[in-house]
Amino acid sequence: MSVETLEKTIVKKPAEVLLSKRRRKLVSDPLVDDNPITIQVLGICSALAVTTQMKPTLVMAISVIFVVVMANLTISLMRNTIPSRVRIIVQLAVVATLVTLVSEVLKAFAFDMYKELSVFVGLIITNCIVMGRLEAFALGNKPYDSVLDGFGSALGYAWIILAVAFFRELWGSGAVFGIPVFEYVSSLFGPDFKLATNGLMVSPVGAFIILGLIIWVQRTKTGYVEN
Amino acid sequence: MQQSNTYIITFSVILTIVLGLLLSGTSQVLGPMQKEAIALDQKKQILGAVISGDEVAAMTPDDVNTYYNSHIASTVVDANGREVAGVAAQAVDVAKNYKKSAAERQFPVYIFHEEGDPAKVKSYVFPIYGAGLWDAIWGFLALDTDMNTIGGITLAHAGETPGLGARITEPGVQARFEGKQIFDEGGDLVAIEMQKGEGKDYDSNPHQVDGMSGATITAYGVNNMLKNYLGYYQPYIESKKSSTAVAAL
Repeated sequence: MSVETLEKTIVKKPAEVLLSKRRRKLVSDPLVDDNPITIQVLGICSALAVTTQMKPTLVMAISVIFVVVMANLTISLMRNTIPSRVRIIVQLAVVATLVTLVSEVLKAFAFDMYKELSVFVGLIITNCIVMGRLEAFALGNKPYDSVLDGFGSALGYAWIILAVAFFRELWGSGAVFGIPVFEYVSSLFGPDFKLATNGLMVSPVGAFIILGLIIWVQRTKTGYVEN
Repeated sequence: MQQSNTYIITFSVILTIVLGLLLSGTSQVLGPMQKEAIALDQKKQILGAVISGDEVAAMTPDDVNTYYNSHIASTVVDANGREVAGVAAQAVDVAKNYKKSAAERQFPVYIFHEEGDPAKVKSYVFPIYGAGLWDAIWGFLALDTDMNTIGGITLAHAGETPGLGARITEPGVQARFEGKQIFDEGGDLVAIEMQKGEGKDYDSNPHQVDGMSGATITAYGVNNMLKNYLGYYQPYIESKKSSTAVAAL
């Protein structure tokens, strides 16, 4: 018995499969069961502010995915060299640099988007999801796992804000990605028929309502209760 | 793990240098493209004051440049309305000029004319600049050739509150200025005043426009900006006014 265990420790542990069950969970958990917005209730500010339309929301989602994944990767690579006493400021410096890069790239290649998102790209720095993942995961895990974890969390954020934006743009402006859906649907029912849009959806209040409904549906399905 | 102070300081210095180089490098590489994007955006704003915003939005960057070059001429005037020779309107930074005293400033004027014929003027576009609630606001105001009726306006801002003051960028808000008049019946400059509150009808008053609920201070910023800059441009406006009056005779 003891000989067996001895042998086992000598045998090199086989490398973990590229997408093992544990790693798949890193990505899939934050999508629903541990969603940063609906369960952890992080990153609400930008979720309310940028979600009036799908297009800026998509840009915001991609920006956040980029920042979280790259920050997780960078911090994870440096995790053994970062002095623990200044780790928060180191994380902040890395995140701020990445966010500035995103902002500069947008300014050069998508100036209209840059204007529309204005302060909210810069505010990714303060998005709790970013720092949260760095502190909770990247500081103690290997780079590849950290990338997966960051991707999962950012994706969890992304699909929620895209869902909120979908309903807000549809009901608020009668469009999806700027395509006037309401106008088209109305025209099918004759000239006198007109689908009305709801101005409430354009204001941040609309985002609160949609977000609340999403959380309600989700918690009814998963049975999650806050304790 | 407790590291020595020397380690922490060295680490911080290296990190700062690496990140600093990365950022300044990016800024160097992207700088020219950003400048181009800003120049294009300014052209779009100028065109937005004279033709519909939807039309401008539908244009590709090349379209904007072509249309701009064939329809917009420009000049620079001083505080007395006299043209300043040898200065390109695009080279005048309105924001930088804003810091000088009004007498020293240079004021660009963009002239919207029929395609390829600068003599057939359709409207005059004046850059405007001022302070909103949080930060700078600016825009372009187009006056019809009667030098009194507003043909259109585009407004932009650096940091007004989204959903409140930031609404000055909305086409619906900007459309409220169209057709309003800057001179009263006696010929005195009264500019346009955006009112407090929203939802009232100001069709009968040529100098007032409906306000933005919750953004009164931004609206007052717009009012001050309009009043100031129309004042600065007044000598030029009066000179054009009298020349069109002579032409009409």
